[in-house]
Amino acid sequence: MKIHEYQAKQILARYNVRIPRGEVAYTREEAREAAERIRGTVVVKAQIHAGGRGKGGGVKLAKSADEAADIAGRMIGMNLVTAQTGSEGRKVQKVLIEEGLDIRQELYLGIVIDRQMGKPVFMASASGGMDIEEVAVKNPELILKEYVEPGFGLQAYQARRLAFGLGLAPELMTDAVQFMVALYTAFEDTDASLAEINPFLVTGGNKVYALDAKMNFDDNALYRHRDIKELRDLNEEDPLEIEASKFGLNYIKLDGNVACMVNGAGLAMATMDIIKLAGGNPANFLDVGGGASAEQVKNAFRLLLSDKNVKAVLINIFGGIMRCDVVASGVVEAARAIGVQVPVVVRLEGTNVDEGQQILRNSGLNFIVADGMKDAAEKVVASTTGIK
Amino acid sequence: MSVLADKNTRLLVQGITGREGAFHTIQAVKYGTNVVGGVTPGKGGTKHEGIDVFNTVEDARRNTSANASVVFVPPPFAADAIMEAAAAGIELIVCITEGIPTFDMVRATAFLNGKKTRLIGPNCPGVISPGRCKVGIMPGHIHLEGHVGVVSRSGTLTYEAVGQLSKRKIGQSTCVGIGGDPIIGTNFIDVIRLFNEDPDTHAIVMIGEIGGAAEEEAAAYIKANVKKPVVGFICGQTAPPGRRMGHAGAIVAGGKGTASEKMAAMQSAGIRVVKSPAEIGDAVQAGMK
Repeated sequence: MKIHEYQAKQILARYNVRIPRGEVAYTREEAREAAERIRGTVVVKAQIHAGGRGKGGGVKLAKSADEAADIAGRMIGMNLVTAQTGSEGRKVQKVLIEEGLDIRQELYLGIVIDRQMGKPVFMASASGGMDIEEVAVKNPELILKEYVEPGFGLQAYQARRLAFGLGLAPELMTDAVQFMVALYTAFEDTDASLAEINPFLVTGGNKVYALDAKMNFDDNALYRHRDIKELRDLNEEDPLEIEASKFGLNYIKLDGNVACMVNGAGLAMATMDIIKLAGGNPANFLDVGGGASAEQVKNAFRLLLSDKNVKAVLINIFGGIMRCDVVASGVVEAARAIGVQVPVVVRLEGTNVDEGQQILRNSGLNFIVADGMKDAAEKVVASTTGIK
Repeated sequence: MSVLADKNTRLLVQGITGREGAFHTIQAVKYGTNVVGGVTPGKGGTKHEGIDVFNTVEDARRNTSANASVVFVPPPFAADAIMEAAAAGIELIVCITEGIPTFDMVRATAFLNGKKTRLIGPNCPGVISPGRCKVGIMPGHIHLEGHVGVVSRSGTLTYEAVGQLSKRKIGQSTCVGIGGDPIIGTNFIDVIRLFNEDPDTHAIVMIGEIGGAAEEEAAAYIKANVKKPVVGFICGQTAPPGRRMGHAGAIVAGGKGTASEKMAAMQSAGIRVVKSPAEIGDAVQAGMK
């Protein structure tokens, strides 16, 4: 799960990670009042779940409360397009008003779980403020790494190694070490999957700050973090994906017109791939789960067909332990209940596959029965182009 | 012969009284797996589907000499179940549970370090040595005894590949689902090493997916060590970057873990990489000639 910058900063502040003074504003007036309380130069930052806000015009300096109000007034409600939002952009609902700081140095700190090592890795780089992914590709040696033993946390010596590696002045050492240890503690305590401070700031007054903060959380661990779960912002998510998650369906919307409904994530990805190979474009990723019950198939149909781009549906179920006749009955029942208008290609595999195909053929509904994945993909793509 | 599981496997089921645990216990017994006991805390001393239930893995192991365990315990308690089995000295743990918090697995795999236990999964279909032993949730009947080792991060996509092989009368020595999570106990490279050393495995099918770098590591190992024919497929060629495709580990992050990178690494290691999931069976047939 993703959260906003201001929310990440509130969490980090609880762990004594130093952040700039700031307030969230939902209106122009709230922005003015916040800027008056903060005093001096402030920064107005659009709060959306996507990076690249600075380049997209979502981060601006204001020298007075009036200017802050003007900028916020323009920003709130605007469609912010950044490198990460896609061309449709994201509507700005709120801004963060923050004190302007005297920037001496911009660095980078980040924590993720390293899959190969099976433990968290704390990364630091002197190339802050930049696209760190680009640094990782072009100059991986510029990224310092410390692996953290789970349960022990980031040790002070590791933080010192990073701080000296970054070239921080000795008088900053205590502050920087405290900051990094606190950041790691926040990461492990909240079951985060990512914590990123970019830039990690050194001020002229020799203090370190999280000037920006990004935190993502492990969805599987949210059950033990009710407070974090509440930070979910549905405005930032695709409405169809929100709908899908209510039914326990794993759905991701894509740009194509061939919808697919598959049991299992790997087979669902492979089905998208084979649609593409057959010359079509997948409209979605959808894993209905191992069972593929009539109820789930019904929910899935409803969801897929609410995407107006969809011209045809491919159902690919590897029955396995589930019997194909049972799956077929469920598909027929669901298609009848929903009143499906587009061609539906069904590929079933597993026990009782012949009985399953018979049920589909005898249903009186317009199912196209396929034999194998390749046949299914070709049939569904053909049905969208009108060539049989 | 086979790897990981065979006729000598004496299996425990952790979470045997749960719905999934109970169902798949019956399936495993029907397949001929030697299920020697089950564990559900608080239900020790009872029987479930005719199988003795114990309160702890330690009790179960003492009474049954179990050497393997399959975990059907719900996500919040699954990592603990893994550690309990490892502490009791179980040699092979197969964890089916999907949705375990990543940090729980970080701690559990650290706990397993230095122990003789091998963990398969979590979030996997398990291990099957056709005709001998089934430890997991895969449909037994689609498999055929033979000489191809199959290793995969996926469940139903593995069944798809196995189905294609069996239809062509190409049997399997062992099929291993290593799981779709970011932190797993056994990776491609570990299973491929086992297949490479198993005289009864003549060819290998490796089914990967986007995310991580385990396929690239395995490709390097294969290039240096494996003479047997290897067929590979990577799913997620059309997956958008930055989105998690169902499996917790299936995500292209920071431009890394793409299907094309993995396919290129595998190709340069001499692996016969197919672009279409429908071509796995044919490629194995061609490779074994």
